[in-house]
Amino acid sequence: MEIKKELNGSALQIALTGRLDAVSAPELDKVVQNDLAGITELTFDFKELVYVASAGLRVLLLAQKRMKKQGTMKLTHVNPDVKDVLEMTGFIDFLTIED
Amino acid sequence: MESAKEISLAATVENLPLVNEFVETLLAEEMVSAKAQMQIELSVEEVFVNIANYAYGEAGGKATVQGKILNEPAGLELVFIDGGQPYDPLSREEPDLEQKMEDRAIGGLGIYLVKKNMDEVHYAYQQGKNILTLRKYF
Repeated sequence: MEIKKELNGSALQIALTGRLDAVSAPELDKVVQNDLAGITELTFDFKELVYVASAGLRVLLLAQKRMKKQGTMKLTHVNPDVKDVLEMTGFIDFLTIED
Repeated sequence: MESAKEISLAATVENLPLVNEFVETLLAEEMVSAKAQMQIELSVEEVFVNIANYAYGEAGGKATVQGKILNEPAGLELVFIDGGQPYDPLSREEPDLEQKMEDRAIGGLGIYLVKKNMDEVHYAYQQGKNILTLRKYF
């Protein structure tokens, strides 16, 4: 998985390419642990993300819990396979998804 | 029916790509929709990563995955075998998917995804081995 970060003031965009699985989730976990200080607007661009498993969902949940306290978080360009998993797990209910 | 194929490897998260590859090879000549492939891939990850993270504790150990193509109805059977502590993942309580985000935890979500995406999941403990059998019909 490739992680591209773009910081614009207090807005951070994180674009993921590839697979958010148990192998790559720790990399994203590091970003969520280390790069969210002072961020009020977090956007995940999932355009090039083709796969997510529960290890990835765990990191998204952590990010959402954190951003709920300090700002907003949204996912954009979520592909149908990834969206399926968000639906199956009920994550779709508390995540903000935009086109 | 084709004969079963098998891969044995250290049960570590880093080995997940090898298990994925093994399953991909099994499916290479089958007519499987992209959706079913993703469902299989997801289930394989959740089962293997569970074994890698919990079966053996610090010492680590091996996992074996056996796979075969089924006919009439066409499908895939995967059997995950480990010699770790006895654990029936199917005995786990289902996660509460309606829970408020603040209270949500990840525990149990993996095996829930397996049950949701496979057509059959069976657990057995035999001769000191955890044996989890998954079947998906195409």
